Amino acid sequence: MLLLVIAMIAMILVGLYTPMLEPARQKLNFLTVPFYQLTDVPRRIGEWSEDLFTSRSDLQAENVQLKTELLIHQRKLLQMAALAAENVRLRQLLNATDMLQDKVLIAELIGVSPNPLSHLVVINRGNRDGVYEGQPVLDAFGLMGQVIAVDEESSRVMLISDPTHAIPIQVNRNGVRAIAEGTGDLNQLNLRHVSINADIREGDLLVSSGLGERFPIGYPVAEVEKVVRNSGQAFARVVARPMARLDRSRHVLLVFDTHSLAPSPETVPGGISSSSTSSAASVPVRR
Amino acid sequence: MIPYQWSKYFIVVASFLVALVLSVYPLPLSWRWWRPELVLLMTIYWVSVFPLTISLLFLCVVGLFQDLLFAVPLGQHSLAMMIVAYISIMSYRRVRNFALWKEAAWVFVLVIISQIPNAWVQTMAGRPVPGLLYIAPAITSALFWPLFRQGMERISSHYRIS
Repeated sequence: MLLLVIAMIAMILVGLYTPMLEPARQKLNFLTVPFYQLTDVPRRIGEWSEDLFTSRSDLQAENVQLKTELLIHQRKLLQMAALAAENVRLRQLLNATDMLQDKVLIAELIGVSPNPLSHLVVINRGNRDGVYEGQPVLDAFGLMGQVIAVDEESSRVMLISDPTHAIPIQVNRNGVRAIAEGTGDLNQLNLRHVSINADIREGDLLVSSGLGERFPIGYPVAEVEKVVRNSGQAFARVVARPMARLDRSRHVLLVFDTHSLAPSPETVPGGISSSSTSSAASVPVRR
Repeated sequence: MIPYQWSKYFIVVASFLVALVLSVYPLPLSWRWWRPELVLLMTIYWVSVFPLTISLLFLCVVGLFQDLLFAVPLGQHSLAMMIVAYISIMSYRRVRNFALWKEAAWVFVLVIISQIPNAWVQTMAGRPVPGLLYIAPAITSALFWPLFRQGMERISSHYRIS
């Protein structure tokens, strides 16, 4: 008994302060996947029955609505194409490298880490689809987080609100750079070491700055909610609210870094498609 | 027919597997504090059934697997489980005479005790526990205990486990 307790304490300390247990954990991680897949079954049955028992009129109504939405988005895309072309021309004038189009892959959430102190989720894409550690994850509204562990068919994603996560950002309005850390609260990020006279206001949009070469540049991360400037302190306290719906999004986008993808895009059959502005995004959703 | 001895082992292992599956069932991120600690309740129950023969090594392995499943430092849950199992083994004679509501109160205390090593390890890992929230699983576990106990007793008597 005492021996076991001492062994466990030793194991905790070794696991916390050295990477010695990581290989074992990675080897055994495949054992945990069936559990997450099993708990995902009720949702899949729900979705399947919903697909099966939809009435024709509902489908038609949905179809009409989707067509309208498509039209609206296509109009926006037309404008975007012109703007993107202009952007490339201007960048060429400035002798800057033109922005690369990111490749994306759609994934589905299949589980949530049960530890209430960590903000980790499990998605249904893994090694087989070319997912790699450190890959950025988005939803339709903003940056969600990054992949921290990859298995054969699933991977774990750390959300930006996790207390051990931080992301380099800049203010969209004027380019002031800072680092946004998670707080463990889903609706709150704190900006670290923002000097007291920095030009950050409530309502500012914070986008990823691309520094650190982990997250692609220019994706919305959060909106500034509160700025407290206390003249007795060296730094201002800036609180921001994440743009991504961390608690609600079921479908997420995995963004492929174009540099690391360069060698062989064929290795991922059919999974990846370009989210370029010209082709109406045809991202396949596998179920 | 499965021999009696084997069916006993089978039920214990299967019950732990079910508890593990339920403990990773996806809940909204902000509700996760209120999930009853099912694996721990299972431990408390089986210790009360087999106070003299239950294997601490087996509980330790279950705890380690739970750590793997939860993606927390290995050893966190098994340490908590060891402590709770030890207290349960030491006190089973007294607890056996408790009324159901008293037992629930005892479970409340045990779950809080199990949260102490959890909070300790998580704080060392850089995730401090906010305020008194760590009592939340103890509350739901204690409220769930009477139902859980009745259900498990029915299952055990059906398979004649004692």
